[in-house]
Amino acid sequence: MATKDAPVNNPMVDPVTGEYRVIAPGHSFKSVTEEVSRIVLTSHTPLGWWFGFMVAGTVVGILTICVTWLFLKGVGIWAVTIPVAWGFAIVEFVWWIGIGHAGTLISAILLLFKQGWRNSINRFAEAMTIFAVICAAMFPVLHLGRPWLGYWLFPYPNTMNYWPQFRSPLMWDVFAVSTYGTISVVFWYIGMIPDLGTLRDRSQTKVGQFFYGLLAVGWRGSVRHWVRYETSSLLLAGLATPLVLSVHSVISLDFSVALMPGWHTTIFPPYFVAGAIYSGFAMVLTLAIPIRKFYHLEDLITIRHIDNCNKVMLATGLIVAYGYSTEVFMAWYSASHWEYFMMWNRMFGPMGWSYWTLITCNIALPQLLWSRKLRKNVGFTFLMALIINTGMYFERFVIVVTSLTRDYLPSSWGTYRATKWDYGTFFGTLGLFTFLFFLFIRFLPMIPMSELRMMLPQARVREKAEPIPEAGD
Amino acid sequence: MPLPEGLYGLMAEFESPTQLVRAAKAAHGAGYRRMDCYTPYPVEEAAEAIGFHRDEVSLVTLIGGLLGLAAMFGLEAWISVWAFPLNIAGRPYYSWPAFVVPAYEWTILWSGLSAAFGMLALCGLPKLYHPVFNAPNFRNGATTDKFFLCLESTDPKFEAGETRSFLEGQAPISVVEVEY
Repeated sequence: MATKDAPVNNPMVDPVTGEYRVIAPGHSFKSVTEEVSRIVLTSHTPLGWWFGFMVAGTVVGILTICVTWLFLKGVGIWAVTIPVAWGFAIVEFVWWIGIGHAGTLISAILLLFKQGWRNSINRFAEAMTIFAVICAAMFPVLHLGRPWLGYWLFPYPNTMNYWPQFRSPLMWDVFAVSTYGTISVVFWYIGMIPDLGTLRDRSQTKVGQFFYGLLAVGWRGSVRHWVRYETSSLLLAGLATPLVLSVHSVISLDFSVALMPGWHTTIFPPYFVAGAIYSGFAMVLTLAIPIRKFYHLEDLITIRHIDNCNKVMLATGLIVAYGYSTEVFMAWYSASHWEYFMMWNRMFGPMGWSYWTLITCNIALPQLLWSRKLRKNVGFTFLMALIINTGMYFERFVIVVTSLTRDYLPSSWGTYRATKWDYGTFFGTLGLFTFLFFLFIRFLPMIPMSELRMMLPQARVREKAEPIPEAGD
Repeated sequence: MPLPEGLYGLMAEFESPTQLVRAAKAAHGAGYRRMDCYTPYPVEEAAEAIGFHRDEVSLVTLIGGLLGLAAMFGLEAWISVWAFPLNIAGRPYYSWPAFVVPAYEWTILWSGLSAAFGMLALCGLPKLYHPVFNAPNFRNGATTDKFFLCLESTDPKFEAGETRSFLEGQAPISVVEVEY
């Protein structure tokens, strides 16, 4: 789609297509390499990095305190009880893993669709996936009550002569999430090997050469290796795509297999997946916008990326809106007293405020993204990303909490009020995520250099070379 | 194993992928077979030019995936039917639809691991030492912005003087000797 409102003499706009460029003009193989590797190889760590790292580290300290106290006292320090036995832990599990899904979408699905613009943001989107999965995977384990027995979930021969129960979606979750974490790490690392080779060769310090050398496993850029590497990347992308769709579908089955009103519905898998991508893109923008500003990467993460991410958010937001309206429609159309009451309770019950926050943040405000001007406004986009992340948190809160507080039997109704330990743990995982991200941008190449080189015009092999006798094929 | 000594090959450095591909085609045409190109990003045409057309990564991945599928489905069936049969509301022990999800996940897990580590194994990596790193200009450019063609001394057609003049005829930036 042409962007006519952009000034004609703007160097960031391609004069032929009228679109914003994916990469600023005038770059060479060397300049893109330097632009990315200088962030990692500099001997002067910016003060801002130290500041952010310390703040995030402090928050990780809070997480450590919360988790230690949880181990000592048990899940009773949280607000989870009957009827709301799932509470914040499961809300946050679903929220974090959903955020991770955009990373896989960007790195895998957009690779399969040959979307070149993904190249500058895929590495840190994948990193985001891994850190989000780490945060997510903590919660079900912490919620076990006896977290030190978490390994009982895996099928292994043991003296108790006991095996897991494979007919339960909670068991499926174990395999979906562990596979997702493993494949994400592998995909991320394999994609990074050529860049680690670049860092090994450009590093000036012995320590850097040693560690990057070790991680680069002796990559030397042989074209035979590149061919296999490309096949392997394509296969991993092809595998990650059905994987990412299955992971959030399986998570939604945790809910929809149960017979709770508001949970027992077939719309859940697709609508969970769309919501996951929605929140994930919001998180990509939340991270990308400050990073490109701080590290002056406006040449590599351009308005085109921000615009495209906004379009994906708008589209997935509409799918999510369709999901919400289907829920409301089915509550009425099912003619089930319980479903009808569930929806009334969600909207106008004691926790109705959370439903309306969700609708405002996820459906109403994101409609502003229809405006091309606002989509290209960096500050507005950042604000919108934060709003959508909040909205998606409330979506999971509404699903988990409002359904559980009031089920079939009024005598078993209850309420839910999170404790300071609930808030502390959630806040702590935000810190852990940021902490890991700070380490990542300081020590690993956050933009794939080899893929940026491929996007430059001089990377193409021209059909007609200068005349030197061709000796045949 | 005794370390080989002497000349590993002759390495020509090029400014652009187009020049590299032309030189690689010429070398292949002239009868050289033991050679390799080194580029900072994938240049498929160069692989074609030196006669490397297909890789086995897909096959390894397929085998890995099928093994993963069989392993998990077999494990689930064995556990649920023989090792630890649980009667859940009278449902059949062999309730295969419930086994699909973990089997599906393990198909992806095993094929993904096979694609990644199979690729590394087929490339002979990790291999931290390789003679090409001895070329003085290699590490400056090969992973940044330069394109290399190395004709190896084990090729029957290789003859130091003749090969050097052949490479110099391909308009390289430089031609250097690579020692073991």
